[in-house]
Amino acid sequence: MRALLEKHFGKFWLALVFAFLYLPLLFMIVFSFNSTRQDARFTGFSLRWYEALLNDTKIIDGFWLSLKVALTTGVLSAVLATFAAFVLVRYRRFLGRTIFSGMVNAPLVMPEVIIGLSLLLLFVGAQNVFGWPQRGMFTIILGHTLLGMAYGMVVIQSRLLEMDRRIEEAAMDLGARPHQVFFLVTLPNIFQAILAAFLLAFTLSFDDVVISEFLSGPGVTTLPQVIFGYARRGINPTIYAAATLLIATVTVVIVSYAVWVARSTRKREREMAAAARQELKALGA
Amino acid sequence: MAAFQLSLPGKRFVIGVPYLWLFVFFFLPFLILLYISFVDMGSDIHPFKPLWDGQAGVLRLKYENYLSIFRVTEGAPWFRTLYIDAYVRSIGYALATALLCLFIGYPFAYFIARSAPSVRPALLLMVMLPFWTSFLLRVYAWKGLLGDNGVINRFFMTVGLTSEPVQMLYTNVSMLVGMTYVYLPFMVLPLYANLVKMDFRLLEAAYDLGATPFKAFWLVTVPLSKAGIIAGFMLVFIPCVGEFVIPSLLGGPSNLMIGRVVWDEMFTANDWPKATALAVVMIALIVVPLALYYHYTGDRSEGGKP
Amino acid sequence: MADTSRPDGYLVTEKLVKKFDETVAVDEVSLSIGKGEIFALLGSSGCGKSTLLRMLAGFETPTSGRILLGGVDVARLPPYERPVNMMFQSYALFPHLNIWENVAFGLKREGLPKAEIQQRVDEMLGLVQLTPYAKRKPHQLSGGQQQRVALARSLAKRPQLLLLDEPLGALDKKLREQTQFELVNIIEKVGVTCVMVTHDQEEAMTMANRIAIMSKGRVLQVGTPQEVYEYPANRFVADFIGNVNLLDGQLSVDEPDRCAVATALGEVQVGHSLSGAVGMAVAVAVRPEKISIGKQRPEGVRANLFTGRVKEIAYFGSYNTYIVVTPQGKTVKITEPNGSRHELLDITWEDDVFFWWDNTDAVVLRD
Repeated sequence: MRALLEKHFGKFWLALVFAFLYLPLLFMIVFSFNSTRQDARFTGFSLRWYEALLNDTKIIDGFWLSLKVALTTGVLSAVLATFAAFVLVRYRRFLGRTIFSGMVNAPLVMPEVIIGLSLLLLFVGAQNVFGWPQRGMFTIILGHTLLGMAYGMVVIQSRLLEMDRRIEEAAMDLGARPHQVFFLVTLPNIFQAILAAFLLAFTLSFDDVVISEFLSGPGVTTLPQVIFGYARRGINPTIYAAATLLIATVTVVIVSYAVWVARSTRKREREMAAAARQELKALGA
Repeated sequence: MAAFQLSLPGKRFVIGVPYLWLFVFFFLPFLILLYISFVDMGSDIHPFKPLWDGQAGVLRLKYENYLSIFRVTEGAPWFRTLYIDAYVRSIGYALATALLCLFIGYPFAYFIARSAPSVRPALLLMVMLPFWTSFLLRVYAWKGLLGDNGVINRFFMTVGLTSEPVQMLYTNVSMLVGMTYVYLPFMVLPLYANLVKMDFRLLEAAYDLGATPFKAFWLVTVPLSKAGIIAGFMLVFIPCVGEFVIPSLLGGPSNLMIGRVVWDEMFTANDWPKATALAVVMIALIVVPLALYYHYTGDRSEGGKP
Repeated sequence: MADTSRPDGYLVTEKLVKKFDETVAVDEVSLSIGKGEIFALLGSSGCGKSTLLRMLAGFETPTSGRILLGGVDVARLPPYERPVNMMFQSYALFPHLNIWENVAFGLKREGLPKAEIQQRVDEMLGLVQLTPYAKRKPHQLSGGQQQRVALARSLAKRPQLLLLDEPLGALDKKLREQTQFELVNIIEKVGVTCVMVTHDQEEAMTMANRIAIMSKGRVLQVGTPQEVYEYPANRFVADFIGNVNLLDGQLSVDEPDRCAVATALGEVQVGHSLSGAVGMAVAVAVRPEKISIGKQRPEGVRANLFTGRVKEIAYFGSYNTYIVVTPQGKTVKITEPNGSRHELLDITWEDDVFFWWDNTDAVVLRD
């Protein structure tokens, strides 16, 4: 009785919250095909907003810039996150460990306004003293990387903790020097996590508004900045078209990734079970 | 178990790289932030005036930057300044959002954790998918949904709940809806991670000992998930205080939050020292929640303690 | 205590000490192990055997002492510079490499030419009978097969010393017996000097040429399985290996070829001398299977004959265990094999029985 109630209420609540989560997405998808600018009435099917999207140079330029920034941020973040995760997991005691840990994890929680502001001041100051850097793509990448590194580190850290340390010892025992151990054994085994960190940082960078606004320079406008500009001015279904394309891409990527993971896990489990069965048979015989 | 570590020069390099990066791009900026908040800009557009006046041998600190935050506007009681209003409002919204996220997100995380293991990955995927699509776009969608001519108002009128469009945009409603919507995953995920590790047989033991489901929930489940609750709460509250985008898109002049105030001081009024002073006060406000957050997420690199 | 039984030791540790802050994990261990010997470190957890093994492998640096391998002190060399290889308890196979690459890993680090690596790997896989599985990944193999890969991998570099960390610990009981002999065969075939660590007596007794029993960081006795079992050096060893009855008493007679101890049961005759002082406190150790039991007084037995009442009987299939309580309140454990069905001794609970043993079947211990 109790369990039944819990089950029904549970399903109801899950459905409700999922509806809440997906309502805006569905709204945008539907109305991206609206033939007029109307927000409440679907007046007819049309692809005009997609056309407008493809002709909107500001959006297209912003897209390419964001792509470049996100790719660079992703790589940089993944590398730094690997370093940081390695340091925190492997080195128990070193000078300033708590401070280090605090600094790495802080961007996860801090308001972006503070991060953006303080970095801006840093760059302006540097510009005064060294004459460099100019605010633009480079500074945006640095700002995004700070954030990406924090998020990436969470993923890599958890994988590092999970990994069996003995294989590193085994590698050393077999003659691999420490740097060889890292590149030949550790890295391949945490690779999936590093990839995940890259994707996470990429997404965050591609989506970021605040830090970009603080750190961008003249003529440098990322896609979110463009959209933000449009958004403040009013409703523009071209944005809905962009959103629909994005949702479609993300859905395809994530679902295929999930399916691939599920399939390879099942395959792996089947193989392990088959090996165990074989062994039992051999024992019996 | 002292495992054989990397030889010393290697170790220094590995620690050094991220440390240096963090020092330059995280720590140093904060020092500069603090520094600028004491600068007297005067009529100089250059914000980097030295604090130390070599000639007079005096440390010139402009406390005014901070004091003006607390200075009263004409005719109003002592605590009603523009800035204090903004701080209070920001904390208020952040608190409300965190509570809403908790209220909606806890049962949500709970039921996912309780669902069949075969279904869970799919459910989690469905939670994560909106997260991976642009948050800006999703907030933008709410602008359309909540507008006077939006779908929701039209729905209300068609169904007969109201005869005129209800003002939802640029009000507390749109603010809270937007913020709760964006920050919900940040509450759900830590809660889920915590709940999924919980041993539900403890609940069964409680039932066995005579507890009603309601009591068992409050006396067993909730206390055990305390770490998850606090971590999730802080993960929503702290960034929410400084939220900028959502108030800009979904909020009106009466919903001014401190993030926007800092921005305005910085780029509209060009008063950099004032802006940094405001930021420093913001940091001071979130220091305690930040400490709580660190305490309850523990040092995760110690191997996953609750 | 130092092991001086092999002065020509190939692997020699000299007063090896390992301290973690204030805790002494390994306390002045001196061992001498011969070339090609299979040597076991036996003890319960926390006795220091694993730490000792890790020092031999290079994963721990000794606080003091030397480790001589073929005359060379390797104590301070890192693991990748030692001619020592280890087979880990959990196998620690590289999950991202297939079996062939796992075994070839160490050889590649040596920079050997490809052809030689190929030959060596094939040889190793043949040795452990896993040739058809070369292209598989570790997770596609069973536990027993994974262990064989681990063995092949640790032998591939032809190390001067092979270390085994609880080699049978991860296996099912049935698989263990079979693997015990296989392992020993392969190791002896290759002829490598081997040190293994285990907490399982049976494993040590079956596989090793000699055993060192450790407790609290110290070595209590070194000897062949037979020596250690039949002639334990002290109480701990006597009690640790197999079952034993320990009778406390005082040395009453001490002659060149025999001695006697006054115990609660009465005087016990022992067939060796102690070279001690009369009156000193000693213990007589006699194993349950060495004691005979019967309802009738046996003919021709003059020494070490006692009486008691049977309090417990346990039937173990191949043997019986009797717990007998003597009039003095001492408990004695006696085991008798079930040789043939007709030989059942017809002893039951509460029976009054006689029990006796030959004076050469017991040992007197000082401590």
